[in-house]
Amino acid sequence: MTAIPWLSILMGVSVLGALGVSFLKNDKLAKQATLGVSLLVLVLAVVMTVGFSPNGDRFQYAETYDWIPSFGVHYAVAVDGVALVLILLSAVLVPIVVLASWHDAEQGKRSVRTYFALLLVLEAMMIGVFAATDVFLFYVFFEAMLIPMYFMIGSYGGAQRSYAAVKFLLYSLFGGLLMLVAVIALYNVADKNSFLFPDLIGAVTDPTTQKWLFLGFFIAFAIKAPLWPVHTWLPDAAAQAPAGAAVLLVGVLDKVGTYGMLRFCLELFPDAAKWATPVVIALSVIGIVYGAIVAIGQTDIKRLIAYTSISHFGFITMGVFAMTTTAASGATLYMVNHGFSTGVLFLVAGFLIYRRGSQFIADYGGVQKVAPLLAGAFLIAGLSGLSLPGLSTFVSEFMVLLGTYERYAVPAIIGTTGVILAAIYILWMYQRTMNGPTAESVAEMKDLNGRERWVVAPLIALIVVLGFFPKPLLDVINPAVKESLVNVKVTDPAPVVAVKEGQ
Amino acid sequence: MITAPTIEYFALAPLLIIFGAAIIGVLVEAFAPRYLRRAIHVPLTLLSLVGAFALVILQTVRGVPTTPAAMGSVAVDGPTLFIWGTILVLSFVSILLINDEEQFVPSAAAVPGSAEEEKAISEGAAHTEVYPLALFAIGGMLLFPASNDLLIMFVALEVMSLPLYLLCGLARRRRLLSQEASVKYFLLGAFSSAFFLYGTALLYGFAGTVDLYGISRALATAGGTETLLLVGTAMLGVGLLFKIGAAPFQAWKPDVYQGAPTPITALMASGTLVAAFGAVLRVFWVALGNDSWNWQPIMWGVAALTMVVGSILAITQTDIKRMLAYSSIAHAGFLLVGVMAVGDKGQNALALSGLLFYLVTYGITTVGAFAVVTLVRDPGGEAWHLSRWAGLGKRSPKLAGLFAFFLLAFAGIPLTSGFFGKYAVFRSAVALGEGWLTGLVVLAVVASAAAAFFYVRVIVLMFFSDPSADGPTVVTPSWATSAVVGFSAFATVALGVFPQPVLDLAEKAAKSLFVQ
Repeated sequence: MTAIPWLSILMGVSVLGALGVSFLKNDKLAKQATLGVSLLVLVLAVVMTVGFSPNGDRFQYAETYDWIPSFGVHYAVAVDGVALVLILLSAVLVPIVVLASWHDAEQGKRSVRTYFALLLVLEAMMIGVFAATDVFLFYVFFEAMLIPMYFMIGSYGGAQRSYAAVKFLLYSLFGGLLMLVAVIALYNVADKNSFLFPDLIGAVTDPTTQKWLFLGFFIAFAIKAPLWPVHTWLPDAAAQAPAGAAVLLVGVLDKVGTYGMLRFCLELFPDAAKWATPVVIALSVIGIVYGAIVAIGQTDIKRLIAYTSISHFGFITMGVFAMTTTAASGATLYMVNHGFSTGVLFLVAGFLIYRRGSQFIADYGGVQKVAPLLAGAFLIAGLSGLSLPGLSTFVSEFMVLLGTYERYAVPAIIGTTGVILAAIYILWMYQRTMNGPTAESVAEMKDLNGRERWVVAPLIALIVVLGFFPKPLLDVINPAVKESLVNVKVTDPAPVVAVKEGQ
Repeated sequence: MITAPTIEYFALAPLLIIFGAAIIGVLVEAFAPRYLRRAIHVPLTLLSLVGAFALVILQTVRGVPTTPAAMGSVAVDGPTLFIWGTILVLSFVSILLINDEEQFVPSAAAVPGSAEEEKAISEGAAHTEVYPLALFAIGGMLLFPASNDLLIMFVALEVMSLPLYLLCGLARRRRLLSQEASVKYFLLGAFSSAFFLYGTALLYGFAGTVDLYGISRALATAGGTETLLLVGTAMLGVGLLFKIGAAPFQAWKPDVYQGAPTPITALMASGTLVAAFGAVLRVFWVALGNDSWNWQPIMWGVAALTMVVGSILAITQTDIKRMLAYSSIAHAGFLLVGVMAVGDKGQNALALSGLLFYLVTYGITTVGAFAVVTLVRDPGGEAWHLSRWAGLGKRSPKLAGLFAFFLLAFAGIPLTSGFFGKYAVFRSAVALGEGWLTGLVVLAVVASAAAAFFYVRVIVLMFFSDPSADGPTVVTPSWATSAVVGFSAFATVALGVFPQPVLDLAEKAAKSLFVQ
């Protein structure tokens, strides 16, 4: 292993980029600089990924420095397979979002360069939150990343933006503060004078304490994910956020919740996690079905996509808490795939809305005839959202359902209805906006321009490639998930699979 | 035969410098011509603060005394020196704000709006007495947390409070509110002082001494159930809790903070709070530490009520200074959580260092926030109504950004000093490992989330609302005010990213605990 501090470099480049961008006087230059910085981060992240050896140590690229010795807090970052793919997801999405948001910030006569600087700050924090191996550092990123997103929604969002921004912030802050109590208590109970994640594994043995601490962490992550019934902030935030911010919000920020469940709730409090599993699985199944049904009833395109995400997050949580290797790997893969597919869905919807100036499905019709590329991209993104075989989400959804079925047959079966409902909400939305006679208001609509094609093409390519060939990602994810589950000490699911397969 | 008392002049030197400078200030008022007064007062005041601060540093470096000074009546120990340093820094920056004469009335005795007042304005009269008055108040603040017996503490309380009552009535704008604030503060403050004094008398009746450690020793032999002790503790508690603005004794805070000239509000919100918490800690830990099972339940209720009242009533406020006052009440509630976290020696040191650190972070951020308030002005003075702040983020993004940053620090968002302050206190409370206190910490974080709402509301107003056509102007700050805002912002960032040096200081100060 080289001693290059990759993770710090990634964050450092983003932060310095943000500082630089905020001092540029020229808006156009600021945008180009942001794009350049985010592409640089992407390249660095890819180089880092190439150097990652999936079957080596669990945590690689580790850096550990004392930060606040009095509190036992370290600046400690490292990645395992799960964190790595999520960092990669962020690094891929940010340049695309930058390109997609090229004109977003200009509408409100607000500072363009602030928007792009916030994007880069957010990128640094997204990398930090996944890379942190010190629970306290994780908490710091977890809370601090709310602020740039809050300003992005509040300053650059739609008509209800300040309501949505405040709701988003308060929900997340509330959960985060409960987690803070759990973080403090974890430190005291463990009594290791350290917040390092490896030190804290298995440190809490008392079942009652574990349950309380688990709840503190879980509520925060459930709000973040968001899990039914604490999901209500997401449709507002996602619908009001500018399309680019919505992509990062739903695509990456929410993943912190599900990632946290897998990494912290399961590994730090394995017994409590098992104790809570029935309830969590039940909530997830409700979320899957509820999100899908409510999505069908939406009249606003962005809210519809937000509700589909609630349904998808149900799948992810179910996969995480099924505690089988297949389900957990599937859930992790799902986090990545969902980021791409929902990302492109939000972005194409954003292009559509930008052209017509309305978020309502009823204002569209027959767009396919005037803007075939736009409609095509929308269709592929949508089909990925409904898990069409051959597109990436199918693989992960299938893995989650399969893995869950090994242990919890009934929830898996009920969850499967989510797939059918997904077909309804996606196809019906497509039908109403794209098919049929061309509505007068969209008759003049222009098709995707060059910049927008560059936004959509890489994501669609990723969706298709990962749909046929998810192996590279799974190779990275699987060992990490296995090691996580070893820490959870599940009455190992693998033999159960083997027995069933053998029969 | 009576032996002369021994006085440790070196240990008491910071106090003596401040009081000495205050007395010289009075002489300046009496003998210096009017046009020279300000030119003498400002350097005199600032120099005395710097000198006292230098002496505090010197004493810290030379080693902290382990016995109380002045025949056991003033305890200059680790925590005291830390608190002194904090108060002196906060006073220094507050004096820089007071330096802005725009804030003070030319003639306090004139009826508002009368011809007499007009005349005073046209003559360019000014109350330069504010400097010696502020110095007396600061001297009181220094003595208050250092007093090792209840009588000295009472004297300190009065020396601290009386000048503040006067200073509150000197606001240039909104004269009637200012006078109302002054009278209210005086009346309620006098009541609370009476409570304090009566409590002192009853405790004397119980212990036969007003010495804090003497009371503690008396507790060791008594059962702790005596009426004199219980009633005395309660009354003393009322007097002290009034000063920190804990509910249900918080009613004065919004009115006084609103009416007082903003630089004075900054001084009170930072310095007085720090001093009062020092005194609360000394009384409840040193004198009544062996009786904690008696006062903890009441304190629990007070703390819970304080943070809930502070957080919830703040939401309904429309005046920026009243809102900050309620915020200060909520923070007093959070601090009280740490006051209850008493246990063995290590636990006490942990709680004390947490509290000391919290006081530093809160004090600095508060002064910064009030400094910003002085800069946003309408034609008739400060733009006090919250709605006037709408769209400030577009008019002057830098100032609004700084204010938003201070508000986020109050809300305790990570990477600001407020976060680590809260963390340090809550950590010590959880470390006690008692369910009732951990429960209170949970309540405190829920209250923090509620409190975040009103901080965020101001940010929403400043950044997400459109400015009104006749919005307030942001005056170009004087060098002093810029320095204050810059210092506060810097400290809020620095303590939010690298709190370790100050934490070290606080830990070192707390390690020896209070001398007895």
